[in-house]
Amino acid sequence: MMRQPAKPEIVLSVHNLFKAYKTGFIPKRSPVLKGVSFSVQAGEIFGYLGPNGAGKTTTLKCLLGLIFPDSGEIRLFGEPHLSLTAKEKIGYLPENPYFYEYLTGREFLEFYGRLFPSERGANRGKVTSLLRLVGLEKAADLQLRKFSKGMLQRIGLAQALINDPELVFLDEPLGGLDPIGRKELRDVIVSLREQGKTVFLCSHILQDIEMICDRVAIIVAGRIVAQGALEDLISEKILFTEITVSGVPKEALEELGEFLSVRGERALLKVFEESKIDQVLRLVQEKKGKIHSLVPRTETLEDLFVGMVKQG
Amino acid sequence: MKVKAIALNTFKEAIRDRILYLLFFFAAAAIIFSRLLAILTVGDRVKIIKDVGLASLSLFGALMAILIGTGLVYKEIDKKTIFTVISKPIHRWQFLLGKFFGLTLTLLVMIGLMSLIFLAVVFAHTLRLEPRLLIAIAFIFIELLLITAVAILFSCFSTPILSSIFSLAFYLIGHTSWGLETLIRKLRPGPWRILAQFLYTFLPDLENFNFRTEVVHGLTVQPKFYFYSGLYGLFYTLFILTLATIIFKKRDFV
Repeated sequence: MMRQPAKPEIVLSVHNLFKAYKTGFIPKRSPVLKGVSFSVQAGEIFGYLGPNGAGKTTTLKCLLGLIFPDSGEIRLFGEPHLSLTAKEKIGYLPENPYFYEYLTGREFLEFYGRLFPSERGANRGKVTSLLRLVGLEKAADLQLRKFSKGMLQRIGLAQALINDPELVFLDEPLGGLDPIGRKELRDVIVSLREQGKTVFLCSHILQDIEMICDRVAIIVAGRIVAQGALEDLISEKILFTEITVSGVPKEALEELGEFLSVRGERALLKVFEESKIDQVLRLVQEKKGKIHSLVPRTETLEDLFVGMVKQG
Repeated sequence: MKVKAIALNTFKEAIRDRILYLLFFFAAAAIIFSRLLAILTVGDRVKIIKDVGLASLSLFGALMAILIGTGLVYKEIDKKTIFTVISKPIHRWQFLLGKFFGLTLTLLVMIGLMSLIFLAVVFAHTLRLEPRLLIAIAFIFIELLLITAVAILFSCFSTPILSSIFSLAFYLIGHTSWGLETLIRKLRPGPWRILAQFLYTFLPDLENFNFRTEVVHGLTVQPKFYFYSGLYGLFYTLFILTLATIIFKKRDFV
C-alpha cells in the first residue's frame, strides 16, 4: 500500500478577512480587505505580494493584533491570533524601522527580550550573538538615533528574532537597502528556513520573492487573486527567445522576429516560434555572422504579477 | 515583568528628554527664589519659603506629568514604535500600566530631587529638620499620580497639544471645584442644587490633596482626613486608568 505524504502543518490560517477604515470628517467606510483567505505552511518562505495600497500592510496589522478585522478568522499555530502563547512564537519586522532612538543597540534588544517569558526572552549571550548575526557588534553601545537606515533594518531583524520565533513576519525587509545589504539579508532569510523557521515575507520586490519564496499569494485591491507554489503559478513554457546577433543585415532578420534593440552591428531579436529560431541560426551561418547570446524566456513572477494587477 | 520592562523603558525615555531638565531647572530656581522673596516680604519669612517651595513642587510636578504624560502614548502611535511592542506577547493594559509606572518613577525621582533642594533651603533658614513637610509633599505626589493617569487617558485618543489643554483644564477645574461645595451649602433644595451636587460628585477635587496650609501654619489635621484623601486619590486614579484601558483596548493602530 502506498503511504500518503504527510499533510503539511499549517502555522497560519486566515479565513475570509474583512476590514474597512472610516475616513473623512463625516466618517465613510472604505473597504481595504474584502474577504482575504490564505494559509502558510510550516518551514516555508511565504511571499505576500501586492501593489501599493492593495492591503498587504493592513493584512499584516490584522495578523499581529495591531488592528481588529471587521470579520473573519485568524489562527496562529491553531490558536486565536491574539493569544499570548501564539504571540510568543512569532517575530515581526515592520516596513520602516520605527524604533526607540534613545536606546543603544544592546539596550534595544534587551528591552524586547524582557517582553517574553524568561525561557524565550533574551540573555546577554543571546543579545551578543544576535548583534553578531546582523553585523552590528560594533554598534552595540551606539544610540539608535545615530544608526543608518540599513543598520536600523538590521537591528530590526535582530529584534524580530529575539525570542527564537517559529514564524517571522517581515514587511518589505529589503526596501531601501543597497545591493550588498539586500544579498546579506536574503541570505539571513534563507538561513532562517534552513533552521526550520517559517517566514512570511511582504514585498513588492519581485526578483527577491522569486529567488527565495516557496509559495506566494497575490493580493490586488483587497482580494487574493492567486496563491500557491511558485512552480504551479508560473508556467514553464517558453514564451519567446532573445537572440543577440551581429554580421547579418537587419532587413533579412525583420521577418523572423521583433527587434528589441540595435547597437551598431549588434541586434537583439525577440523570436516567438521555435522554427524561426532555426531559421535565424541558419541565416547567421550563411552570412558568416556571429551569435552572441540565445536566451529562452519563460514566464516570470513579474509577468504573472503584472497580469493579475491588470485583471484586478 | 512585562509591565516593569515597559516602565523602565518609559523612565529611560523621560530622563533622556530635555523638557524634564528644563522644568527641573525652573522648579529649582523657584524654590531658591522663595528665599529671596522671603527677604523682601514683611511677615513670617519661613512660612513664605515653605509656601512658595511647596507650591513650586506642585506646579512644576503637574507640568512634568502633563507635558511628558500627554506625549507618552501618542508618540508611540505616531512614531509607530508601538507596532513592534504590541506584536509581542503583551496585553494592551500591560503596556498602558507600564507607561503609567514609568512616568510615576520619573516623577518620584524628580519630586525627590526637588524636595531635597526645598528641604535644604528650609533647613538653611531654620536650622532644623521639619518632617511634617514630607506629608504635604506625599500628597502632592498622590495628586501627580492622578494627573499622570489623566494625561495618559487623553494621550490614548488625542494629540499632545489637545491632551495638554485637556489635562491643564482638569488641573485647574480640580483646584477650583471646591467652590461648588460652598455653593451647594448656599443653594436652596431644587434643580440647581442637584446640578451643583452632580457636578461636584463627578468633577475632581484636587484640593483634597492640598495640606500645604495646614503644614505651613502648623495646624492640626485629623488622621482620617489623610486616610480619606489617600483613598480618594487611589480610587480616582484607578477609575481614570480603567477608562484609559477600555479606550486603548479597542484602538486600531493604523
